[in-house]
Amino acid sequence: MSFTDPYASSRETTEGTVYSVTGGDWDSIAEEIGAKKEERIVVNMGPQHPSTHGVLRLILELEGETVTEVRCGIGYLHTGIEKNMEFRNWTQGTTFVTRMDYLSPLFNETAYCLAVEKLLGIEAPERAQVIRVMMMEFNRISSHMVALGTGALELGAMSPMFFAFREREKVLSVFEMISGLRMNMAYVRPGGVQQDLPEGTIPKLRELIKDLRKNFKDNATLLIGNSIWVKRTDGIGYLDLAGCTTLGVTGPVLRATGLPWDLRKVQPYSGYENYEFDVVTADSCDVYGRFLVRMNELEQSLRIIEQCLNKLDKLNGAPVMVEDKKIAWPAQLAVGADGLGNSLEHIREIMGSSMESLIHHFKLVTEGFRVPAGQSYAAVESPRGELGCHAVSDGGTRPYRVHFREPSFNNLQATSAMCEGSMVADIVGAVASIDPVMGGVDR
Amino acid sequence: MSDQQGMFGASGTGDTSGYGGLVRTAINPGSTERPYGSYFDEVADDLERAYPEFNAAIEKVLVDRGELTLFVKREKLFDVAKILRDKLRFEMCLGVNGVHYPADKGRELHAVYPLLSLTNNRRIRLEVAVPIDDPHLPSLVEVWAGNNWHERETFDMFGIIFDGHPALTRILMPDDWNGFPQRKDYPLSGIPVEYKGATTPPPSDRRSYR
Repeated sequence: MSFTDPYASSRETTEGTVYSVTGGDWDSIAEEIGAKKEERIVVNMGPQHPSTHGVLRLILELEGETVTEVRCGIGYLHTGIEKNMEFRNWTQGTTFVTRMDYLSPLFNETAYCLAVEKLLGIEAPERAQVIRVMMMEFNRISSHMVALGTGALELGAMSPMFFAFREREKVLSVFEMISGLRMNMAYVRPGGVQQDLPEGTIPKLRELIKDLRKNFKDNATLLIGNSIWVKRTDGIGYLDLAGCTTLGVTGPVLRATGLPWDLRKVQPYSGYENYEFDVVTADSCDVYGRFLVRMNELEQSLRIIEQCLNKLDKLNGAPVMVEDKKIAWPAQLAVGADGLGNSLEHIREIMGSSMESLIHHFKLVTEGFRVPAGQSYAAVESPRGELGCHAVSDGGTRPYRVHFREPSFNNLQATSAMCEGSMVADIVGAVASIDPVMGGVDR
Repeated sequence: MSDQQGMFGASGTGDTSGYGGLVRTAINPGSTERPYGSYFDEVADDLERAYPEFNAAIEKVLVDRGELTLFVKREKLFDVAKILRDKLRFEMCLGVNGVHYPADKGRELHAVYPLLSLTNNRRIRLEVAVPIDDPHLPSLVEVWAGNNWHERETFDMFGIIFDGHPALTRILMPDDWNGFPQRKDYPLSGIPVEYKGATTPPPSDRRSYR
């Protein structure tokens, strides 16, 4: 033991080293500050603070109630996802990336799969692309619901949270119905999607859209123009276009400066050019503007989903995975009475009738497919901004390197620019308006 | 990278996993001659006009899978970045990503910068290679302030030192961590973890991945 820790002194006993963990040095800190005759104080907010969206640590320097400096401490949720992916095959990668930004798993999967498909030089079949778009837009709704609900809760408004989570719950049930899982579903796979929609999905979704459209009004009437809400958000967390571009900030924060920059429109992927929707903007550059952008994007997502459902009606029975059997996942999954699993028909074939099918299944599942050497970058418009995936292949069955350009990670840098000079209480609103998800920040 | 066999660290024992036969072969991305196609010729022309030292600064150009990559010499990286931002209007840099190629002798660590132009709706990529014994790169925080955390992450994971960065410290790993986890010679598991003097031994590394 060569170091001494001011918060955990140690002493040797016959039982071994014993640590006494204390926080009792506040008296000495207070004395020190009192001696300086200044009002400057450094406060540690987090990493276990209910208003910091997970394990985010903010180090604040205060002068009275005014914030003079903000620094973010991150890394508490670092799980080495990018490193782990280098030791699993390309398809297994989706089960890792889906766990990064846990509020928008389908966007992580799609960005990753688009990068892998670019490396492979393939494109998912049309029905798979429409399903991806539909799932992503549902995911955008569920993610925005958390942003709105928790954002309002952190500023002291209780009811919006109840409404938001009521809607989110319905969307998660859709995910469960389609993929078998509510979160971290690994539904989007290189070459298409895991499985087709179950019987009777589309009529159910049409009903749900009606419900959601009606229910979204509850939160809209509660918050839009609400004088208390406006007082807490109007002019708070200001970041203009110049600030956004130099800090690389994208998503609702950028659109709240008035720039209609949405990758779905400007650099369409997965067939977004075939849908009619508007890019929502606001011009106030503040927390209220970002709130309005998210609120109005909900309706646009519903519009896109409606168009998806019309397309899916026409594409009934079309494939949801590429034809190439060297890439398409051999396991034909199906949702049974006890949840998601291999389809019985497939099991019957590989176990009962065709040894070649079994060998093929085994080779592809354990070893995986090869991806031609090279690198690619694919970006999607996630609920938080540009989510980019940079994938490098050495021609093997496993990624050589995969890196995610996470919008939460990047946008969190803007905290200092938004908060310095403001009041302590406004930090919470500013951070909530960035909508960082620490799983995505730390990966 | 050089050819590499197998997936697990164990050798000399019977290969029961079937992974022993896996072979990873070296990457050679090559380069592209004009015309590059798409808007890439225009970008290259504009850069040549705006930057007289183009030939000295750009090692090679690669167009692959519809993406343009400019391989830049590290001495010129800062100048090229500035010209790209000011003259070619690449207003956004989407961070920096490291890649480790142990077999690319003298150029082991690569830094990759995806750039985005909001004005022209274009994307290009810059790639810089540095030797692992001298992993210094100029920091681009002055050009794109948003690169701050991304450079810290690349330092944290690959040990690339960005000269001129305002506060180059670890960002995801603990401050006192040893080694750079994303390098290829760094194992996935088997690192003993020390906390307040006590050490947690690593899990068995008999079957550690590599």
